[in-house]
Amino acid sequence: MTASLAEDSIIRFARGVRLQHDRVRERWIIQAPERAFIPDPVAAEVLKLVDGTRTLGQIVAELASRFAAPVDVIGRDVHVMITDLINRQVLVA
Amino acid sequence: MTDTLLSPMSLLAELTHRCPLQCPYCSNPLALEPRRNELTTAEWISVLDQAAEMGVLQVHFSGGEPMSRPDLPELVRHAVGLGLYTNLITSGVLLNEKTFPVLVEAGLDHVQLSFQDIDTANAEHVGGMKGAQARKLEAARLIAADGMPLTLNFVIYRENAARVPQMLDAAVEMGARRVEIAHTQYYGWGLANRDALMPTPAQLELTTQAVEAARVKYAGRLTIDYVTPDYYADRPKPCMGGWGRRFINISPSGRVLPCHAAETIPNVTFPDVRHDTLAWIWRESPLFTMFRGTDWMPQPCRSCDQREKDWGGCRCQALALAGDAAATDPVCSRAPDHDRIVKVLETLPAEPPPFRYRRYTRATDEVG
Repeated sequence: MTASLAEDSIIRFARGVRLQHDRVRERWIIQAPERAFIPDPVAAEVLKLVDGTRTLGQIVAELASRFAAPVDVIGRDVHVMITDLINRQVLVA
Repeated sequence: MTDTLLSPMSLLAELTHRCPLQCPYCSNPLALEPRRNELTTAEWISVLDQAAEMGVLQVHFSGGEPMSRPDLPELVRHAVGLGLYTNLITSGVLLNEKTFPVLVEAGLDHVQLSFQDIDTANAEHVGGMKGAQARKLEAARLIAADGMPLTLNFVIYRENAARVPQMLDAAVEMGARRVEIAHTQYYGWGLANRDALMPTPAQLELTTQAVEAARVKYAGRLTIDYVTPDYYADRPKPCMGGWGRRFINISPSGRVLPCHAAETIPNVTFPDVRHDTLAWIWRESPLFTMFRGTDWMPQPCRSCDQREKDWGGCRCQALALAGDAAATDPVCSRAPDHDRIVKVLETLPAEPPPFRYRRYTRATDEVG
């Protein structure tokens, strides 16, 4: 069911899912149908870049530059994470 | 206590007990609230403000049928403005091409739409409303066409248990992203109709297999929440994630409860939002503190390694079956009263008795 992710795939949140800052608990949460869950700190950094205009490649490039890390390493990790979140109906590509 | 006190995550706002359906497993209490006692729009808005301030993340507008309240779109819009995730839990019989776009425009995030069965004749027999199924199917079509995420809810009982595979296929065909296959929970109306609703062990096994098969078949497309009847379990469910830990239920007249069946608990005052703040009720009211944590627990819970996993199970079930809300949930095989569960299952009638429908009492003429 997973569509193959390309560098130029635009990554969006599925309708009804969003990243939100929880002021009371001082952390990021993913709001989704009938559940809220906590992304780990790395996932939160990735999801903050999901704005409905950036492509997968742009998200990876942004993270690589921000954390001064090699693009191919970041790219692999982000690809795995985004594929997982697509399977969990959090993101769409 | 304050050290371990968590902020509530979730608010179930039961806007009204009025409903066009009469399902015999309804989660509302046996004593239904008349319309004249319902909170006003302004009172609900204050509740939403307080809930968001306390850290509630999601508000579930429920009932009865919440679409019976003309102010629903206004309440949704207000909740959205507070950053709350808004969920509508509806029968769908009032959701149509006039009423739904107003909710979309208000910013509603998600709909949970209930079906009594996938078989129309039985669904309408159970819901007690002719023509309801066509309206529900139309509601599902409108929601899917809009693109709003849709969860279907099927309550499972003796008569519809065999049709779980068709329910799951239908959920995908209707464009649902999630489906709840939820066996009846036996409180209130469900308890009153237990002999008519309780599935056999063989039926339960078939529904479990159907869910497991569909999880494979529809992986990545359909999330399935599966709730089993706890009478057949060895360990109790962690009811509401623990008493007063995550969840707030507010009744149509503003009573604040740790779960929707809590009004059965004797010898305690039920706090309400007309008299106290939600924060005080959550933190300090006798109702919310009486079963919070583990200090209240009797044996065998007190020394059990599961005590912070299942939190002693369900207080309302302990009351209903063991006669004591502070007892270990009789569902637990370690509970002193577990034989009561065994006896219920051993003495289920071969032929289910007729339903006792959820209806307003004669004194109430305000159903609508």
